[in-house]
Amino acid sequence: MSKKIVILDYGSGNLRSAERAVARHGVDVTVTPDWDTAVEADGLIVPGVGAFSACMTGLKSVRGEQIIGRRLSGGRPVLGICVGMQILFAKGVEHGVTTEGCAEWPGTVERLEAPVVPHMGWNTVDAPDQTVLFKGMDAGTRFYFVHSYGVRRWELQPDPMGHLKPPLVTWAEHGDRFVAAVENGALCATQFHPEKSGDAGAELLKNWLSTVE
Amino acid sequence: MSVAVRVIPCLDVDAGRVVKGVKFQNLRDAGDPVELARRYDAEGADELTFLDITASSGDRETTYDVVRRTAEQVFIPLTVGGGIRAVDDVDRLLRAGADKVSVNTAAIARPEFLQEAAHRFGSQCIVLSVDARRVTGDTTTESGYEVTTHGGRKGTGIDVIEWARRGEELGVGEILLNSMDADGTKNGFDLEMLRQVRAAVSVPVIASGGAGALEHFAPAVDSGADAVLAASVFHFGDLKISEVKDALRASGHPVR
Repeated sequence: MSKKIVILDYGSGNLRSAERAVARHGVDVTVTPDWDTAVEADGLIVPGVGAFSACMTGLKSVRGEQIIGRRLSGGRPVLGICVGMQILFAKGVEHGVTTEGCAEWPGTVERLEAPVVPHMGWNTVDAPDQTVLFKGMDAGTRFYFVHSYGVRRWELQPDPMGHLKPPLVTWAEHGDRFVAAVENGALCATQFHPEKSGDAGAELLKNWLSTVE
Repeated sequence: MSVAVRVIPCLDVDAGRVVKGVKFQNLRDAGDPVELARRYDAEGADELTFLDITASSGDRETTYDVVRRTAEQVFIPLTVGGGIRAVDDVDRLLRAGADKVSVNTAAIARPEFLQEAAHRFGSQCIVLSVDARRVTGDTTTESGYEVTTHGGRKGTGIDVIEWARRGEELGVGEILLNSMDADGTKNGFDLEMLRQVRAAVSVPVIASGGAGALEHFAPAVDSGADAVLAASVFHFGDLKISEVKDALRASGHPVR
């Protein structure tokens, strides 16, 4: 039986591309805001474009932060994309206004400091050796980014007892460096759009789907 | 490493068909925008732009269908422009599978439209398309360039610099700068206008109009373009996207 993947529909952006990009890999994809379907899926993708605050409002309207929490407590894979990654952090600051996020990780989503913003286009990333998402890819591989905000400091402190496997953080650079992807057990996220990143994006989605059972 | 210069082919689409001659070999249907989109994707295009020139509103359904079919098969960003007048038009195109929409005339008629669209869908998907030319006759502007309408036939007297700044203030995520003087000449981009607009705004600027030879692209990037757009040189097979990228790379600009 093929894997069941749900793309969480909370009114944010172009979901068709994400749906098709995942369906290419022979999985069963549903785009829905439905709680049960999203909680029970083998894998959940949380997309997101636009403002952090608007995305949080949309996410809460479908109880998305609870869906994510419920899944993670059962070790069920979740992939956040673009603002769908940003909302996993503790807070977002836009135009001086702070919005609380899902707080799966500490940290702040803030405006990028670069001569040209939004950061729009294809950029390289610096992934750690143990990465699963970027497995088998060259260092020069480029992914499609479009965002004005990002996480510029990774604030999660290492577990002092050394019991927890530290998350794998992948960085990219525009002006200065920012978090391009996180791999943390069942919770993965990318600041770029794998569904818009051609063959490289397809490879990354395939790697993520390999973690979904 | 830094973000790559984007090379963007633009297709004029009329009632679901590509217009202007297309001289690709081995295409089953050179008039099918979806087939061409796939071809450009395979050649290394970093994004695609469809300019919808459909005159009759009754034929607009075909545009949505083309966008839908393209988004199902091509996994790079797709921008759609032409005839977008209302927030609902933006919504329908995004739902069909467009990643960005470019707005031109409707923004001149009512600039607040940009703000409404950017607020609702996010700056990242609203592109301000500006058709500008050097001022002529009695018109004067500080930059020496004015915004035009009707495909460059009517001047508005609005300074292109002021308009670009206004667009940025209203929340657009990118500016597509078309030189109506250079358009169709194949003599190269209008570098002076690019420099002035680049200096005035911090959002990405796409250079458009005038591309005719490989050596035209690097100067546009040197003048501040984040992306270069061309139509006929790609459609007629004069230049290949990969050749443009090789030329940019040879000039020291990062490309994908």
